[in-house]
Amino acid sequence: MSSLLAGRSLTLFRGDHCLFTDLDFALNAGEALVIQGQNGSGKTSLLRAIAGLLDLEEGEIEWRGRSIRADRQAFHSDMAWFAHRTGCKADLSLLENLRIESGLRRMRMAALDQTLERLGLVRVRDLPFRALSAGQQRRVSLARLLLTEATLWLMDEPFTNLDKDGQALVVELIDEHVGGGGSCVLASHQSANLAAEPARISLS
Amino acid sequence: MSDGMQGTGPSLWQGFTAMVRRDLMLAFKRPGDVLNPLFFFAIVSTLFPLAIGPDTDVLRLVGPGVVWVAALLAALLSLNTLYLSDLEDGSLDQIVLSPQPLPLLTLGKTAAQWLVSGLPLVLVSPFVGIAYQLPGEAVQVMAVTLAFGTLSLSLLGSIGAALIVGLNRGTALLSLLVLPLAMPVLIFGARTVSLAAAGDAVAAGIYFLAAYCVLALSFAPFAAAAALKISND
Repeated sequence: MSSLLAGRSLTLFRGDHCLFTDLDFALNAGEALVIQGQNGSGKTSLLRAIAGLLDLEEGEIEWRGRSIRADRQAFHSDMAWFAHRTGCKADLSLLENLRIESGLRRMRMAALDQTLERLGLVRVRDLPFRALSAGQQRRVSLARLLLTEATLWLMDEPFTNLDKDGQALVVELIDEHVGGGGSCVLASHQSANLAAEPARISLS
Repeated sequence: MSDGMQGTGPSLWQGFTAMVRRDLMLAFKRPGDVLNPLFFFAIVSTLFPLAIGPDTDVLRLVGPGVVWVAALLAALLSLNTLYLSDLEDGSLDQIVLSPQPLPLLTLGKTAAQWLVSGLPLVLVSPFVGIAYQLPGEAVQVMAVTLAFGTLSLSLLGSIGAALIVGLNRGTALLSLLVLPLAMPVLIFGARTVSLAAAGDAVAAGIYFLAAYCVLALSFAPFAAAAALKISND
């Protein structure tokens, strides 16, 4: 039985600078993986490579045993991306943003009210996205993760811009997701106190 | 979260209309940006008759060329920022990572861009034609050729805009990339209107512009999608 997500002998250069060579990892359903390292060590680049946004010099990312290049659609329809830049349009409200998003990927819009309630976003649902605080904007990204019901979450620095409650909420959501059979890859310079000890990759 | 749920995603049509709707909504939130190319077109093409003077023969001679050049430059004005805000706020990542085919989504963006920048030029062009004292036949032909022409320009421009999206100050580069491809459109467009003003047959020119438009429609979305993937590296 092959693992859910696997990287085989990954090598990535940015310009002339080698970020990592011959990196291997494997992730099964119900597991989390934390990519650690200092600023500039290539955490985000590795995460973008796993998502298929960045071309690797060498190596292959596999999703359910198949290269993500061979079956991009299957991979991307079961993956959700959470990054520093929210991917929401500042001029539109969060509802408008999420509705548009539902044309791009599967979203469980029936659970919208319940999700916004849980994340404390009900009051600001009709405000333009730009009027939301940085922390609230991050919560909108979290709402998108929950609504997509994707198996794999790729999260780049999920704890920035969030207050203590927000950070606890992120940990709670990840624990819940992983506990329910989902998987999660986190790139973070902070140590995450997840319920189940995650696998770790350290980049230097 | 099972394998079987992949088939329940939004349809291709939903993906296309989501992009069109999104960019139209954004355009209506900032009408100033949208009207910019239209103002440019209207002002440039109505200032020329004032500068040249009321000589009907001269106006009919230069009119089609001037209007077409103004339309070409106006179309370029709005193209260089096509993908810029999407790159800055991270929505380009979400678009590239969507299970929907990327060429379809770039086509949606281009369609919205044409609706807010190309179509208004077409609708205003009859009034501009009157300023050049063009005959009624030529005014109609101008609107038809501009419709095909601006659509081709938007499609070609989407490739250029996708290529330069990661670069600073790509405007000059965009013109260099797009203008050579746009030359056939300019030559046939302006010439066809001139022929119409002289009372000659125009069908061949219109067929050419329509064919060029179909050609651009069939390859530009794929080229733009490939360029976007490189730029978003």
